[in-house]
Amino acid sequence: MTRPRTLYEKIWDAHVVEQRPDGTCLIFIDRHLVHEVTSPQAFAGLRASGRTVRRPDLTLAVPDHNLPTTARKDAAGNRLPIADMESAAQLAALETNAPDFGIRYIDATAAEQGIVHVVGPEQGFSLPGTTIVCGDSHTACHGGIGALAFGIGTSEVEHVLATQTLLLQPAKTMEVRVEGEVGPGVTAKDIILHITGTIGAAGGTGHVIEYTGSTIRALSVEGRLTVSNMAIEGGARAGLIAPDATTIAYLKGRPYAPKGADWDAAVAYWTSLATDPGATYDKTVVIDAADIAPSVTWGTSPEDVVPITGTVPAPDSFADPSKQAAAAKSLAYMGLEPGTRMQDVRIENIFIGSCTNSRIEDLRAAAAVLKGRHKAANVKWAIVVPGSGLVKAQAEAEGLDRIFTDAGLEWREPGCSACLGMNPDKVPAGERCASTSNRNFVGRQGPGSRTHLVSPAMAAAAAVTGRLTDVRELID
Amino acid sequence: MAPIEKVEGRAIPFGLKNVDTDVIIPAKWLKTISREGLGKGAFETLRADPNNLFDQPEYRQAPILIAGDNFGCGSSREHAAWALGDLGIRVVIAPSYSDIFSGNAVKNGILPVVLPQSAIDRLMEVAATDPIHVDLDTQTVTTPFQDRFTFDIDPFRKMCLLNGLDEISLTEKSDAAIAAHEQMIAKTQPWLTPTLA
Repeated sequence: MTRPRTLYEKIWDAHVVEQRPDGTCLIFIDRHLVHEVTSPQAFAGLRASGRTVRRPDLTLAVPDHNLPTTARKDAAGNRLPIADMESAAQLAALETNAPDFGIRYIDATAAEQGIVHVVGPEQGFSLPGTTIVCGDSHTACHGGIGALAFGIGTSEVEHVLATQTLLLQPAKTMEVRVEGEVGPGVTAKDIILHITGTIGAAGGTGHVIEYTGSTIRALSVEGRLTVSNMAIEGGARAGLIAPDATTIAYLKGRPYAPKGADWDAAVAYWTSLATDPGATYDKTVVIDAADIAPSVTWGTSPEDVVPITGTVPAPDSFADPSKQAAAAKSLAYMGLEPGTRMQDVRIENIFIGSCTNSRIEDLRAAAAVLKGRHKAANVKWAIVVPGSGLVKAQAEAEGLDRIFTDAGLEWREPGCSACLGMNPDKVPAGERCASTSNRNFVGRQGPGSRTHLVSPAMAAAAAVTGRLTDVRELID
Repeated sequence: MAPIEKVEGRAIPFGLKNVDTDVIIPAKWLKTISREGLGKGAFETLRADPNNLFDQPEYRQAPILIAGDNFGCGSSREHAAWALGDLGIRVVIAPSYSDIFSGNAVKNGILPVVLPQSAIDRLMEVAATDPIHVDLDTQTVTTPFQDRFTFDIDPFRKMCLLNGLDEISLTEKSDAAIAAHEQMIAKTQPWLTPTLA
């Protein structure tokens, strides 16, 4: 009998092309997602060295990061130009590079366009048991369907384009087991914020995290994508959730998913991937779902998490002196005083979107809170940015767009938007944003912006009251 | 990529923990389609303060940066490594790095040295007044005051850095093994190759 293996070890073993004497492995990459920001230098490198793309059929390109989320076509259906010259140049580079190298390309105005990490699973391009890379750290997202997926730098993008492989050291394994039923108002986002607060921003460094336990099993695929998306915020390069009946039902019939007899063979394989009984992890953290409240960040690291019922911590409440210094800096940047109740923090901006929280279930959760309500007067800017054109169409078919616009929120075109301050959607300096994105770093949503990470339902609640709010007060 | 063996010079005693790549290079600098010239944007937010460390005369063009735990966390942007390189940094010394950042650093001829916090504390002290010497071949960091710290590094990374090697050319030598893997997949898991129905 073979040694019991974890999900990670099974996927790793199936992709080793060559093992070097020092333990470094040449790993085959099944899927490569490409966007406009981290690829131009890689394509330029290929051209300079006269190389081609080894497997264009395993590569899919879509622009997302710096596309404006305002209308992309005029009334006559003509494409509108991008005002920012540098963004326009990056988009133009991808539009040239994709056909030049024979890569499938989803155009900025196509119905299927969207955030690369929304598009991959939605199209069935991302599959369980595969290795998936993209020049973006939130590639960890695809671990939600059981793929070993991680972000890479531009040199690695070039390496994968040229060779369809990467040279990697095996990671250590970490299990984060969440058991029990979550309370009302607690979503996948609250689960991953709570996990990040518990393990810390470097808690998973050098590890691949597998999320296990009844709480994770009970999540939809979209919820699992939200959890795995933020594996990187805990320092892990990748997250994983074992594929199961929920995953298989989600993937069936998607455009790139296997069909017919291939489908049956794929399902049989995916079902064999779960961690074997008796397999061990290098590290295990156990979390009781009953301890997870609707959560919010107070600082400038994603580990700075408190329950919405909590208060801003004092820097000297941390044992580690360097954390004390970091917390003091964070509070100065965030303009917060220790002891302030999180629910008393006023909010001027609302962002519902990003690869973490822009899928249809996220929009439904936000709409459920906003239905029949209106944003508070002090909320100056509130936008809802669907993760893809298909999510947008689905939301419109369900009338969600009307709920948002009736509540005073703007309904936008798909893209990365205000998650990362590299397109026109930015939070003004000194102002706060209740944001469903994944990072609250200094200047992340624009220079001087102050980000509070929350779930879509919590962002909607903050829109209604104009302050960080316990969503449980607004739901039955 | 320029080979790296010995680096001696001033070290910027930065020391902060959880320095993310948005701090190293803000997103607005990601709109370039070139790898050059990003030093201007390196640590831009911190350098808005005229008293910032990076622009003090003694640390200008310093080849070494000393940082705290989890340096380079966050975004995968290789622009962070390009920006550091353009600023003149050849070595970063920290207790730990984000996995993606340390990979990007090595691919751009920047050596990420891992040393325990106690050694970092001592080097921060020395860096305030004196140069630091880093030797990749012997895997040591030394100071003019007889301090000597040894560090571990993955042998493959060491070899690439010492020789300034291009990883793609190395991998291309494994072409037959890659082709064999592709043929095995085509035979045993044909569904892995995506087709639109």
